[in-house]
Amino acid sequence: MSTLLDVEDLRVTFPTRTGLIEAVRGVSFSLGRERLGIVGESGSGKSQTGRAIMGLTPPQARISANKLAFDGIDLLSVSPRERRALRGKRIAMILQDPKYSLDPVMSIGRQIVETLRTHEKVGKAEARDRALAMLEAVQIRDPARVFDLHPHEVSGGMGQRAMIAMMLIAGPEMMIADEPTSALDVTVQLDVLGILDRLVSERGMGLIFISHDLRLVSSFCDRVIVMYAGKVVEQLKASELGRAQHPYTRGLLNCMPKIGADRHPLPVLDRKPEWAA
Amino acid sequence: MTAAIAVDRLEVIFDRFRALKGVSLDVQPGESFGLVGESGSGKSTLLRAIAGLAPVASGSITVNGKKLGARRDKAFYREVQMVFQDPYGSLHPRQTVDRLLQEPLAIHGFADGEKRIQRALDEVGLGNGFRFRYSHQLSGGQRQRVAIARALILEPSILLLDEPTSALDASVQAEVLNLLEEVRRRRKLTFLMVSHDLAIITHMCERLMVMQSGEAVENLAAADLVERRVTKDYTRNLLRASDGFVRA
Repeated sequence: MSTLLDVEDLRVTFPTRTGLIEAVRGVSFSLGRERLGIVGESGSGKSQTGRAIMGLTPPQARISANKLAFDGIDLLSVSPRERRALRGKRIAMILQDPKYSLDPVMSIGRQIVETLRTHEKVGKAEARDRALAMLEAVQIRDPARVFDLHPHEVSGGMGQRAMIAMMLIAGPEMMIADEPTSALDVTVQLDVLGILDRLVSERGMGLIFISHDLRLVSSFCDRVIVMYAGKVVEQLKASELGRAQHPYTRGLLNCMPKIGADRHPLPVLDRKPEWAA
Repeated sequence: MTAAIAVDRLEVIFDRFRALKGVSLDVQPGESFGLVGESGSGKSTLLRAIAGLAPVASGSITVNGKKLGARRDKAFYREVQMVFQDPYGSLHPRQTVDRLLQEPLAIHGFADGEKRIQRALDEVGLGNGFRFRYSHQLSGGQRQRVAIARALILEPSILLLDEPTSALDASVQAEVLNLLEEVRRRRKLTFLMVSHDLAIITHMCERLMVMQSGEAVENLAAADLVERRVTKDYTRNLLRASDGFVRA
């Protein structure tokens, strides 16, 4: 399997008034054309890992790594200009809440066309046709109508589909999805995941799926990385989640209420300081 | 036995939008009752209507045998308290925990505030060390504990819980759910709890109502849901969705 992304000993450090805070502390993994899940609780560094790969870390933070390479390109040493050319074109990112991540004063169609025309030389008419086709591919029933709507005029599920359309239109090879369905209803969640799943496998993309929901991730991804306090505590195949070794992973799986399991009180996580060491 | 909460053909209309279309409900004293549905189903509106936070167009709400009018009096809020979804939005950002907890005591004219605040903080597992902190110095789970302490400090008999754990991490969620169960057992409280998560509702509640676009879809016992004895397609879809993603 060809490796798309190689991450070795990635660290992201934020300067604060009380000293340096390491949000990501030595994360290593590699990604082929597969679905990789990164799971952890808030503050575990999962989102900062995704953002560092995408090049969206805030300017005051420091990134260091032995290796951070996308398809052989060293992401730490490329110029901002080359980085911009990659971003959106070859690496795309879906954010959590379409309410905040879409431009509120631009119609959905124009936002999709903007992405396309930033990265490819296409005429207006062709760009529109391709945007409409993409909207259809994410199962929006009336693409021509949605094309002219603004983000506040569509539902959360529809907005997230538009976001996926926008991210996929330039044909990226790798996609980072940061909590793409957390803001959606459970039933809509599955529709959006279904669309994402189909498009990713049809196009043979690599997907990094960042989420706090271990069960959801394990049902969707091939491989799962579990993060705690900025570190990877466990890497395993999604199908072998039941055989997880690390007490944190098992605690995370255990503490969720399940239909049919009568456990009162629920087991809680007993956090050990050595997990973060 | 009179019901703790009885709602009869309740209609709530915002401008011209009918958010609740004639919903009825009975919750017995000491019972834990769940409301499930997706966003826009009216489950939160029903809760807010009982608390007096939504415009009731018609129908009636009875709490502990007393029919409620358009305005809620003080005595009502001594019986019924609410915990909101977002612990980041429901605590005053410029008040310390101590000040936050004094507010309901001052409104209802309690003299033994000192003792009650200490007891309330102990009860939710926070201890005195948290008393003079501001909410931004607390984690999400700690904030939700403060919100629960604030609701309990007046010793109500009914708690209205609006997605009390959906903003929290899974492990913190387990802690808060355990806390809620424990105070319910200790104080023999009645819960009316809203959630979009079927697993949480079956864990916490004995009976539940499934809602969709302002109407009740079906009433179930939690045990029925566990055995998958559901009659409506909508409920079946919700059940399937809670099983996670299945590749087509």
